[in-house]
Amino acid sequence: MLALIPLIPFGGFLVNAFLGKRLPKSVSGGLATLLMVISFIIAVTQVSALMGMTPENRQINQTLFTWITAGDFTLDVAFRLDALSAVMILVITGIGSLIHLYSTSYMHEETDAEFARFFSYLNLFCFFMLMLVLGSNVLVMFVGWEGVGLCSYLLIGYYYEKKSASDAANKAFIVNRVGDFAFILGALLLVVTFHSLDFTTIALAVKEMPKEVTFGTLSLITLLMFIGATGKSAQIPLYVWLPDAMEGPTPVSALIHAATMVTAGVYMIGRNAMLFEHAPITLTIVAIIGASTALFAGTIGLVQNDIKRVLAYSTVSQLGYMFLAMGMGAFGAGIFHLYTHAFFKACLFLGSGAVIHSLHGEQDIRKMGGLKKHIPVTYWTFLIASVAIAGVPGLAGFFSKDEILFETFAHGHQILWGMGILTSLLTATYMFRLVHLTFHGEERFHEVVAAHGHAAHDAPAHAAPDSHAAPDSHAAPDSHAAPDSHAAPRHSTHSTHLHDAPWPMATALIVLALGSILAGYVGIPHALGGHNALGAWLEPAFNATNCGQPMTTGDLAGIAIENCAPGEGGEPAENAGLELTLMVVSSLVALAGIGLATFLWLKNKQIPERMAQQYSGIHQLLLNKYYVDEVYDATIVQPIKVVSTEGLWRGFDVKLVDGAVNGAGYFVSGVSVVLRLLQNGSVKTYAASMFAGAVAVLAYYMWR
Amino acid sequence: MASDALLFYVFAGITVLGSLAVVSQKNPVYSVLSIIAAFFGLAGLYVLLEAPFVAVVQIIIYAGAIMVLFLFVVMLLNVPREDAAEWDRSHPLYRPMAVRIGGTLAVLLVLELGWALSKTSGLGVGVADEHPASSSVAELGRVLFTDYMFAFEVTSILIIASMVGAVVLAHKRQD
Amino acid sequence: MPIGYYLVLSGLLFSIGAAGVFLRKNLITLLLSVEIMLNAVNLTFVAFGRQLGTNDGQIITFFVMTVAAAEAAVGLALVIGLFRHRESLNPEAFTTLKW
Repeated sequence: MLALIPLIPFGGFLVNAFLGKRLPKSVSGGLATLLMVISFIIAVTQVSALMGMTPENRQINQTLFTWITAGDFTLDVAFRLDALSAVMILVITGIGSLIHLYSTSYMHEETDAEFARFFSYLNLFCFFMLMLVLGSNVLVMFVGWEGVGLCSYLLIGYYYEKKSASDAANKAFIVNRVGDFAFILGALLLVVTFHSLDFTTIALAVKEMPKEVTFGTLSLITLLMFIGATGKSAQIPLYVWLPDAMEGPTPVSALIHAATMVTAGVYMIGRNAMLFEHAPITLTIVAIIGASTALFAGTIGLVQNDIKRVLAYSTVSQLGYMFLAMGMGAFGAGIFHLYTHAFFKACLFLGSGAVIHSLHGEQDIRKMGGLKKHIPVTYWTFLIASVAIAGVPGLAGFFSKDEILFETFAHGHQILWGMGILTSLLTATYMFRLVHLTFHGEERFHEVVAAHGHAAHDAPAHAAPDSHAAPDSHAAPDSHAAPDSHAAPRHSTHSTHLHDAPWPMATALIVLALGSILAGYVGIPHALGGHNALGAWLEPAFNATNCGQPMTTGDLAGIAIENCAPGEGGEPAENAGLELTLMVVSSLVALAGIGLATFLWLKNKQIPERMAQQYSGIHQLLLNKYYVDEVYDATIVQPIKVVSTEGLWRGFDVKLVDGAVNGAGYFVSGVSVVLRLLQNGSVKTYAASMFAGAVAVLAYYMWR
Repeated sequence: MASDALLFYVFAGITVLGSLAVVSQKNPVYSVLSIIAAFFGLAGLYVLLEAPFVAVVQIIIYAGAIMVLFLFVVMLLNVPREDAAEWDRSHPLYRPMAVRIGGTLAVLLVLELGWALSKTSGLGVGVADEHPASSSVAELGRVLFTDYMFAFEVTSILIIASMVGAVVLAHKRQD
Repeated sequence: MPIGYYLVLSGLLFSIGAAGVFLRKNLITLLLSVEIMLNAVNLTFVAFGRQLGTNDGQIITFFVMTVAAAEAAVGLALVIGLFRHRESLNPEAFTTLKW
């Protein structure tokens, strides 16, 4: 039953990959979405079954087959559903289904074959992601890890004929690969140290070991795995691929680069909580990098002009928060933020997609404005999600972000807390800058709409200009069906009339906006009188227990029940005072950020422009992302290219290898030119040489 | 015995002189005739070595059959006297020096053989001193058909092969 | 007679035959020189056979003579063929088998 959850989307991938060309869009898209919904329903049933169990026994295992047997090391392809992966699969299948639904409308201008290709990739991605979170050992997780990297490449480079898109896909894959290399090294060290890759086995073995105070094996393993996580989850130094990944279609950005794939790194740390807890040095590094990335990305997001770029840097920043939480040992808080972030970030991305869709492909926020009354559904959902991410009390983002900041402060890292609070301010500011510039103020999009016309959307692989006149699923309250001549002057008649999101897109947006409001209520902290249900739910997953489930592989094969005391559900009321104080502080910061953004970008537009000119050095620095890409290019990419071209190709391959091979040929020819003079056809010569040889042999014996 | 020594020198002389004549005569017919003389000398030596059967076989087979064959071919081909000037298309390296090289090599060979002999002991032992003569024709035949049976049969195959080869090779072409 | 005398004689004959192979410009005479060499070897065998008191030397001689006969037959057939081809019996005339 458990294995069906990933396998059903895989079935969808197969259908769309092989038959998709021949299926009409409604069938291929509908099938893909339906399969995701089925997967979600099965996930819900499994999680309910899980809820019915006692906390110590909360596990459902399913082993498919034994994959590797090498000496005393065995590895099965096995899935395990426990508290942590329950949260993940609900997020993946639930939000995944919504995004599938959204995409059926968003991508509908593609041809049948391209449409089916998109959905096959989406389903494949969901398969791999589910495998990642359900895997019960490192290797199955790694299969999923690599698989989602592959699907990310495929989907970012979906518009493969556009060079920037294929370059971005390459960048994503290669940078990921660098991280994966470190991850593999970590996994190999795990095998060497624990002779097993099963998570529970490792956790139970680590539990017996003391916490490392110096940099030892555990720290090395966890550090290597964390480097892999920086690649997958876009932290410093391997985050550079995420902003470029916005070349992909917007649903892809929502699903992969907001809700699911980039959270794989956070999940991985949560899954190996015991291991990381015993390596405090690495945890500190994790926290520092998380906080730094959050602040760093926040500053860049403040000045970007592409709506999706702002959201991309926001994602990097929020991921930094999650890593900060993990670094504090507050694994539950990190997962909580992952869960709430999925809702509002997906909502924001999908909303931006709706904006882009209505403006026929325009992504520059300087050319937007005043869209509030034209696309109300999009506007309200976007606003709700922005309020959530800013951390205004009452919505989801507030609870999760606040818990992280509280844990940071309570563990004594005031500096990191300060960075976190500053980032919070920046988050609120840049999000509301985005809201104001896009939806409020005066309308700047008229020339855009007139110039672009219907033929330009954000997809270059596009159908003919008369796509809008065709019967489409837009329940658009506009007059498109009016006499069409498709000449530019026509657009002036409906340049003030944009179509809002059609019903599939709107449905997804509304559900996600509701989630942004309500999702946080599962984690209300004790200080406010709640029970922190999510924290209590997740606790056993982070403390390795072997209750009730005998291990079938690894060193502990056959050993059953052990140490089944239930854990506590988060912080009791001892620090309630501190927590309330910090909550007030962060709420004020959030409101301050909103106020600042309103002041600068709604009321007094000239101030930010003047500041940009006055501090143009800093402004350029931020706009160009601190020139990190250029630095990487100069220090890493160009040297590699030079070494490859001059050193390896011209030097080694041409001179050495070809030289040796050709040289052997020349040598043989040269020698043969000399040797063939021996064959002069004269029998006398041959006889003479034979005789001379015999004489020489005798002479040799004479001298011996 | 003195008569033995005398006979040895006579026969040896005939053989050597005959051989020298073979390699120095220009007329091939004379060469063939000289070699027959040399064979007679050798036959005499064989008799001195108490191997009468070999001596007789030498005369009958070698001198009688093989040399006759040579004479036939010489007559058939109507070989002219050797002319050194014509057909001188040898390799440039060897042309002026053919005689010199051949001669040098032969002299070298003689020297080496001489040296080899000088290193050998027991050269002074008389041929007939140690063991009595063992051969009689009956004895030879018996050994030939028992111990050396295989070689004998293989030799017969060899002769067949050479016969066939000779016939095929010398066959006039049917054009 | 001491065995040494026979060996010296045999060596001498062999050298004469070898010299003949190189110095003669007539194929037939060349073959004759080869025959001289073979006979020198025969003499050595018989001499040693006599000294050791066995008749193995004579047996070997027997075989050598047979082989010499076969070889002479085939060699002469080849000479005839070559003569037909080139109208010459000079071994230096047959040099087409070079590079």
